[in-house]
Amino acid sequence: MTWILQVVFVVVVAVPIYFLIGRIKQIRSNILLGKDLDRSDRSGDRWKAMLLIAFGQKKMFKKPIPAFLHLLIYVGFLVINLEVLEFLIDGLLGTHRIFAPYLGSFYNIAMNFFEFLALGVLISCIAFLIRRNVIKVPRFTKPEMKGWPAMDGNLILIIECILMFAILKMNAADQVLQSRGVAGYVDTGDLMISSLFIPLFQNYSDTFLIVIERGAWWFHIIGIFAFAVYVTYSKHLHIFLAFPNTYYSNLEPKGKIQNMDAVTTEVKSMLGIPVKGAGEPPAEVGTFGAKDATDLSWKSLMEAYSCTECGRCTSECPANQTGKTLSPRKVMMDTRDRIEDIGAGKGEGKTLLGDFITKEEINACTSCNACTEACPINIDPLSIILEMKRYVAMEESGSPASWNSMFSNIETNFAPWKFSPTDRFNWAQDLNDKN
Amino acid sequence: MSDTIKAPTVAELQAKGETPEILFWVGCAGSFDDRYKRVTVAFTKILNKLNVNFAVLGPEESCTGDPARRAGNEFLFQMQAMANIQLLDMYQVKKIVTACPHCFNTLKNEYPDLGGNYEVIHHTTFLQGLLDEGKLKVSGGAFKGQKITYHDSCYLGRANDIYEAPRNVLKSLDADLVEMKRCKTKGLCCGAGGGQMFKDAEAGDKEINIERTEEALDTGAKVIASGCPFCMTMLSDGVKSKEKEAEVQVKDIAELLDDAMD
Repeated sequence: MTWILQVVFVVVVAVPIYFLIGRIKQIRSNILLGKDLDRSDRSGDRWKAMLLIAFGQKKMFKKPIPAFLHLLIYVGFLVINLEVLEFLIDGLLGTHRIFAPYLGSFYNIAMNFFEFLALGVLISCIAFLIRRNVIKVPRFTKPEMKGWPAMDGNLILIIECILMFAILKMNAADQVLQSRGVAGYVDTGDLMISSLFIPLFQNYSDTFLIVIERGAWWFHIIGIFAFAVYVTYSKHLHIFLAFPNTYYSNLEPKGKIQNMDAVTTEVKSMLGIPVKGAGEPPAEVGTFGAKDATDLSWKSLMEAYSCTECGRCTSECPANQTGKTLSPRKVMMDTRDRIEDIGAGKGEGKTLLGDFITKEEINACTSCNACTEACPINIDPLSIILEMKRYVAMEESGSPASWNSMFSNIETNFAPWKFSPTDRFNWAQDLNDKN
Repeated sequence: MSDTIKAPTVAELQAKGETPEILFWVGCAGSFDDRYKRVTVAFTKILNKLNVNFAVLGPEESCTGDPARRAGNEFLFQMQAMANIQLLDMYQVKKIVTACPHCFNTLKNEYPDLGGNYEVIHHTTFLQGLLDEGKLKVSGGAFKGQKITYHDSCYLGRANDIYEAPRNVLKSLDADLVEMKRCKTKGLCCGAGGGQMFKDAEAGDKEINIERTEEALDTGAKVIASGCPFCMTMLSDGVKSKEKEAEVQVKDIAELLDDAMD
């Protein structure tokens, strides 16, 4: 009989994996729609950034309370997945708790550890649900969080709670079955958290308990694979992408703006400075700056998929704090929505700048880097904003009028203000006046 | 009467066959803005008092291109940068000191990509260096025990990780340095970066400089110290709009040091 269950198990695992692979391919090809950007240098520093920031959660701890709760979920996620390994082997071989005989008393220690983590995850998820829905932490209630983003946040927390309950329920029923000596239920020793639920199950028949235990087992494994597929449509993709995203971090000083080499070639030839490789046909420049998501670098698109919409960037943004429409988080969310549309072939007739992000938003940015500093996984919304400003200035000549006069002042007077360049050294006349 | 305070130009020195050790990059605000010209003068005085071998470009200086680049005009930025690099290289400049974090950031981080490689130092770091070497001595005096709060410029702090140099200079005044709620990596922008200095702010509930000024005033400090011309303008405007200009001064670190040295 069990071979049927084994076949069902293979199907239950294979179907989500099939969808998962398709989805991973789709996201990868969407990210690769972005422009080239070389981040292949300094691999030592990159590993360090990944280990400290993604693995070590370094930047999370700027806010200690959510950081601690998040750490519980994070460690829980990493460690409880070891238990899933046993689930997979049991499912394929038709066994039950295959590791128990091999690990002996250590199995009990491991299971208890998992249960404590499950409890930690449960407590954190409940605390996070309260922060979102009862306390209503301001950064979770900004305009861009209405609808699906808020739902997405709550769904994941609720799913995690249910999955953790399933583990505890399974272990509780299992312990009752062990105590009755039912065949196949190996001794796990006392499991501290789930044993608290034993009184709830003691009055039921063996068959019913087996149904409960097996039901929870199947629910958990199906839940995990369903969750894996769901994650690829959700902001929770950060659980995977945080790692490559921090590896490919911008390692330059935050104030440095990436040079546009195509412009350099033009400027050099205008000024009569010899250009390397001159005489070769000029490389195709394409558009200056970004009008649409495909004009952004692949890194910006990866960041859009890595963003978990925590809103730390937006809550630190001076423009947002003073009521302007700019929200760095919204910039990331819009970029993701837009590249998803393009990747799905629904991109016609719209552009990222204009239909998703307005000039009013990007013009309000003071490029102060509060957002990039705040991001727990080194996302750089500023580079997207800058690329759009470039498009507006260089392709549309559509910058605000006072910026256009600032540009012409620099061109004609070599200063952003309308002063005569010959007056530039007048300050020296005051040197001895007020001595 | 002390010796005359001088600000020689690189061209003058070259005519005499001399090369200055340090170029003082004054910046547009330092050259034209009436308030910031006083900072330029204060810093020049310090350089004179300490016999630093320096020169300025004078009328040959030009905008670094920073506001153009940040407002999206890459072409104009590179034209400016390239012309400046040609000038700096012609004078064989090796070391640059500037009182403007925007010039500092651009010269230091962005000119190398275009072939301009110099040692670039912000004046607060430079002053801290002089204090550390013992060349600069402050008796305390004028600011002893006075409450001073320091406003982090984004272009010094987050952009270039310079948080301690300005604070160390302030501490050398024996001042009582008080921090605002948002400081260092969490410092709040004055509202002028990224080209905002040159246009009106977008519609919102409040101006950023007012928000920041309120925070600075909340510390109870009588002096708001800054190390950036934009921050100085924005905070001075903020203090004026709160009608506190009689009680609270916005001063550059070089001015405070110059005052303390007198």
